[in-house]
Amino acid sequence: MEIVIIFTIFFYLMSTAGYFAYLFLQKNYLNRVGYFLLIAGFLCNSAAIFYGFLKFGHIPVHNLHETLILVGWSIAGVFIIFQYKFNLRILGVYVAPLAAIVMVFASQVSSEPAQIKNIVNNFWLVFHIISIFIGEAFFILAGGLGFMYLVQEHTIKAKKHGFFFRRLPSLELLDTAGYTCIVVGFTMLTIGLATGLVYAKMVWGKFWGWDPKEVWSCITWLLYAALLHERLAAGWRGRKAAIMAIVGLAVLLFTFFGVNFLLKGHHGEFTSL
Amino acid sequence: MFDIVLLGLNHKTAPVELRELLAFSKEEALTVLQNLQKCTDVNEVILISTCNRVEVLLTTSNIINAVDSVKTYISEFKKIPISKFEAALYVYDGEEAVRHIFRVASSLDSMMIGEPQILGQIKNAYLTATLKKTSGVILNRLLHKTFFVAKRVRTETGIGDHAVSISYAAIELARKIFGNLEGKKVLLVGAGEMAELAVEHLIRNKVGEIFVANRTFERGVELSNRFKGSAIRIEEIPDCLKVVDIIISSTGSPNFVIVREQVKGVMRSRRNRPIFFIDIAVPRDIDPDINRLNNSYVYDIDDLKGVIEENIKDRDKESIKGERIVDEAVISFRKWYESLGAVPTIVALRNKIDTIAKTEVEKTLQSLNHLVDNDREAICRMTNSLINKIMHDPTLFLKNNECHGARVTYIDLTRKLFKLDD
Repeated sequence: MEIVIIFTIFFYLMSTAGYFAYLFLQKNYLNRVGYFLLIAGFLCNSAAIFYGFLKFGHIPVHNLHETLILVGWSIAGVFIIFQYKFNLRILGVYVAPLAAIVMVFASQVSSEPAQIKNIVNNFWLVFHIISIFIGEAFFILAGGLGFMYLVQEHTIKAKKHGFFFRRLPSLELLDTAGYTCIVVGFTMLTIGLATGLVYAKMVWGKFWGWDPKEVWSCITWLLYAALLHERLAAGWRGRKAAIMAIVGLAVLLFTFFGVNFLLKGHHGEFTSL
Repeated sequence: MFDIVLLGLNHKTAPVELRELLAFSKEEALTVLQNLQKCTDVNEVILISTCNRVEVLLTTSNIINAVDSVKTYISEFKKIPISKFEAALYVYDGEEAVRHIFRVASSLDSMMIGEPQILGQIKNAYLTATLKKTSGVILNRLLHKTFFVAKRVRTETGIGDHAVSISYAAIELARKIFGNLEGKKVLLVGAGEMAELAVEHLIRNKVGEIFVANRTFERGVELSNRFKGSAIRIEEIPDCLKVVDIIISSTGSPNFVIVREQVKGVMRSRRNRPIFFIDIAVPRDIDPDINRLNNSYVYDIDDLKGVIEENIKDRDKESIKGERIVDEAVISFRKWYESLGAVPTIVALRNKIDTIAKTEVEKTLQSLNHLVDNDREAICRMTNSLINKIMHDPTLFLKNNECHGARVTYIDLTRKLFKLDD
């Protein structure tokens, strides 16, 4: 088990190196190397999760260790699919190190499973977890794209065409890609929340329990809903959309980590140390 | 043994008036090539003539005579006294000539480093020379190597990467904003060479509809016909801003033609789609404050010049890498060139036959174990004398001057025939 995680980290780090070399040297083969190393890391990552699944008989999200492994997996996986569609090479510079960092953290925290009470392992739970994680990975990509948009917009507006101007893609592509990520992420989050509600009703007998995680998830959902609405209704694009994607990501991170560490609730066990 | 010589003049050594006088048209080049080859001591010859340079590349056995006769011929052909252009001439021989032609073709010697036309011009010059059969073994090899080097420099360095003209720089920027320019709508305000050039570049990038606004409507109609667009009146510009994506402005107006409020007003109905203003006019037509609005970008002529300057600096930096590639190529060409001497070729040929004979003899002797040492030696001796006999005539042929000036051709043939260049 440990060795698989180490391999995953190794591949993600190598992929990071590949993407950074690509950033500086701009040779296409470096991008391809980075991409394939990331895929290799993703396969190892999948193996780690599959192993956990076989060992415990359910999806392994019972402590921070396992949860982070799933986070790394969804970031890498979503990027691999996304890259296939958009070919936004430079984004690897953001994704590969992120996946590596998440996995390094995962390997550093204790892997003792927390005592889980009141859990019924069923289809709805798996569905709930998977869609939430994939949705969040898309939001993470959107945040990175938003940041890149702001950098590129600044170079164009300030008329300083240096390092980043050449390397970052066009504003239009960054904007469209970011928007796509938010649409997909929002869809997945909606599905995730809905299945969560169904699960809550089945297990605890009520749809909504005012659990802090539920409340904050709802806030996140509303925020992205507002962003999408404004884009469709008032044409919020470009700079504003990019800033909102970053704000959304910050709220999302708080919902994911902050709520568990600072507030109490029935999701707390999943990220206990 | 022949020397490679290059003589010529370019934009650095000769003013345009002189270059014009000495430039050769394609038809002239055909005659000139034939006549030059008849000159004393000129063996192979290629003539390169572009608006920035006139160069003659030749091989000769006597550099001074050849250079003199080429100068005299050009002076007679163009009816200009030698004294008038002699000061601008440079003459390179040997390795320096090779390096020069490599640098020229790689666009390292161009007025604008990295401009792509020069390679095509040299290819044409070479084609003309092959038509008249004035290029032979050495120049053929040299030119093929030249094309190879030029291609390597272009793909392995960034000397041709970024725009170095105002209109191209504007297009490059538009691409960074819109990604794909296909279907984007363009508004041209006013007229002017640079602005029209930019519109033509945009059309090549498959932009959509083109609007033309001009103070005098007739002129606008005229221009719009040229671009297959539609003419609008100056007063219609604010409305037009709702639909167009790229505005190129170049009027003689003393005041701003488009102000901040107008753009701010249309952003909502544009649904914040980005809008890009290219202001080529002096005094400026576009309110620079528009650049501060979200999703709208303004570049004036100075900004574009700034972009170009940066790009030129980059090209200069990249050209250092190009020089390194050229240096490598010069060395490898020298190796080939030196091998064209009679002695190295004879040595290489003998070595090759020696090696073959030795391996075969060893193989045979291995299966003939009953032979005594004396017999073995006899077989070796016989092999050696076979080699000597075989080598005798070719050695004499290549060494003596029997080949009548075509020795390089025979040596090259020998090297190819026996595959000595691996």
